[in-house]
Amino acid sequence: MANPKSAYSIPTKIGKFDTHIFVVWVDNEAGVLARVVGLFSGRGYNIESLAVAEVDATKNISRITIVTTGTPQVIDQIKLQLKKLVPVHKVADFKREDKNVIFKEMALLKVVGNKKKIEKTLKACKSFNPVILDKTKQSVVIQITALRREIDKMSKKLKPLGLTSTSRTGAIAMTRGAEVFK
Amino acid sequence: MSKLYSGAEIVFKCLEDQDVKFIFGYPGGAVLPIYDELKNHSTIKHILVRHEQGAGHAAEGYARSSGKPGVVLVTSGPGATNVVTALTDAYMDSVPLVCISGQVPTHLIGTDAFQECDTTGITRPCTKHNWLVKDIKDLSKILHEAFKVATTGRPGPVLVDIPKDIQFAKTNYFKQKKEKKIKEKVHNRFFEKEIDSLIELISKAKKPVVYSGGGVINSGPKASEALREFVRLIGFPITSTLQGLGAFPGDDNQFIGMLGMHGTYEANNAMHDCDLLINIGARFDDRITGKIDEFSPKSKKVHIDIDPSSINKIIKVDLAIVGDVNEVLKATIKKINKKQNGFKNSNKQNTSKWWEQIQKWRLKNSLGFINSDQTIKPQHAVQRLYELTKKQDTFITTEVGQHQMWAAQHYKFNKPNRWMTSGGLGTMGYGLPAAVGVQIAHPDKLVIDIAGEASVLMTMQEMSTAVQYNLPIKIFVLNNQYMGMVRQWQELLHEKNYSESYSEALPDFVKLAEAYGCKGIKANNPNELDSKIKEMIDHNGPVIFDCQVDPNENCFPMIPSGKPHNQMILGPNDKEENKITGKGKALV
Repeated sequence: MANPKSAYSIPTKIGKFDTHIFVVWVDNEAGVLARVVGLFSGRGYNIESLAVAEVDATKNISRITIVTTGTPQVIDQIKLQLKKLVPVHKVADFKREDKNVIFKEMALLKVVGNKKKIEKTLKACKSFNPVILDKTKQSVVIQITALRREIDKMSKKLKPLGLTSTSRTGAIAMTRGAEVFK
Repeated sequence: MSKLYSGAEIVFKCLEDQDVKFIFGYPGGAVLPIYDELKNHSTIKHILVRHEQGAGHAAEGYARSSGKPGVVLVTSGPGATNVVTALTDAYMDSVPLVCISGQVPTHLIGTDAFQECDTTGITRPCTKHNWLVKDIKDLSKILHEAFKVATTGRPGPVLVDIPKDIQFAKTNYFKQKKEKKIKEKVHNRFFEKEIDSLIELISKAKKPVVYSGGGVINSGPKASEALREFVRLIGFPITSTLQGLGAFPGDDNQFIGMLGMHGTYEANNAMHDCDLLINIGARFDDRITGKIDEFSPKSKKVHIDIDPSSINKIIKVDLAIVGDVNEVLKATIKKINKKQNGFKNSNKQNTSKWWEQIQKWRLKNSLGFINSDQTIKPQHAVQRLYELTKKQDTFITTEVGQHQMWAAQHYKFNKPNRWMTSGGLGTMGYGLPAAVGVQIAHPDKLVIDIAGEASVLMTMQEMSTAVQYNLPIKIFVLNNQYMGMVRQWQELLHEKNYSESYSEALPDFVKLAEAYGCKGIKANNPNELDSKIKEMIDHNGPVIFDCQVDPNENCFPMIPSGKPHNQMILGPNDKEENKITGKGKALV
């Protein structure tokens, strides 16, 4: 592994990776997403999922939620680098395990099959707030909201029941209780 | 109804409001309206370069030597892409630049129009921020914010891309509102508590070292004064990064030389063995730290920096103070002075043994080399240049490579802003255009580019600029016919396979100088060196000095790859023990 011919140092200890969710409030202007995403790719940080939309039309603020993994040092860097971007207003950083924060993802699932299979599907989705968006004799489109791993599990489970397409959002996050992140 | 101004007029009104005196640029289709307006603004002088990269480096030289932001004006497409190297260079070395680029008209953006490129896309990762002006009403606000972003916090380059139709469009001009604060990206509030902790650490230290960097230079001449006062007050040894040279006098006894890959034996050993490390405005660059795991293993580390993202990026520190170097040092000095008078004496006692150790390391004379009376040794050439120019206020720029390290090692800087070099990006071809910019900022001073023959050929065309504006820059070429640093690494790391590092054809630099309309001087042997250097200094005009040096000389000392500070390779004077010396043995 060690390359003595390199003029650069050799990578050494790699710390433990944690999953973090960053919530970034930015000015909703041209190129702002490219700046945030470019920061991640340029510095070799990882993006697991990304969700972005304008949340305040009068102040022109968008809210970006990024799920990422990294060593504590890298996570710290991501936060500080994000804060340096000019259109960034504030940055919140939550651990995935944080009990005070709600994380949710949404998925649209299309299942094609007979009546029996569709019924089985609806039953399986029961605990994830299923909404039937479209139903025909041979198919159903269901919307569920859940955690990432729960949706992963559902996808696997629904495969034999005729799951033909899945469309998923990135995670979005919000703190519990009356407090607001400043 | 107030007067309506065109976009081009607004550009100049903003530059005037920002007190800009010089623009470095090159015209082209998409900036012609701005060039057309130039004639109406006599306080702003345009310096026509020969390549946009040269404009960028010249603006860097101007900015670094004067403390003011450098302004660059280029056209769309190739104009903008040519300036990317200089923007990246400025980003790495924290130099404030404002680059204004032309763009194809708004309605043609995205159509692959002639000389169109995605300038803001290309420059996004190499600027602090950039803007594409899509509405004439935003132009003045954006330009003022551009100056603000470039010069506040940790300085850096910004770019404003202005489509041609915006340059023609008309609107009202808004002066920058002083009272209204533009959202600042500076987080430089340090706490008294942190200053107390710093003083506590200082008073306990037995083996301390101060490690200062380019942040001190960027903080302004007052920061260098504060640094001198602070270091003299606490009596600690001080070392400096490449970019920090000049903040503390190079010939002072407390200064133990540059540190890092080609730093002195005493500086690197002090870094390794110290028990307190105070980093002032430096960023633990990989050329400085060597092997991270074994970097200064026994020390408490303090980091003073204006950029919070520099803290704990590479090296975990025990005390971080985020703030402007000048303000932090002033606050610390004030607090120390308030304390009892015994502080200074006890400090002296605490560190006396440490100073003895440093003196022992100094005896190694790690910058020594075997001189010759047959060929000019490059180190000797730099030493002679220093001796013959030290009496006047001299500004030195460099290219990148061996000559750059020899300049850093053997030229002693006593004032900040006198040393302009490409450290972070390591851009060959930086020095000549940078010298142009320095000479523009300091027309009556001696400006020398210590160059290598390979580097200087990369931006040689800017000699034409120097001749056009009668800038008496001196290009002191240490000509060894090799890309010297590449050759050195090939010798030490690649079994002397000198793959493509020898230039089989080189121009006759004397004739080249004459072709450009300036003076050429060539020195072949050590006997004539002094008189020829004097001839160069005395000539009132640009000079290319071809100094024929020993092609086989290597730059020592050197920390080999992946090694900690105390395992340096020393020069040929130290051959028999050049592997690992002293305490280092125990650590292998």
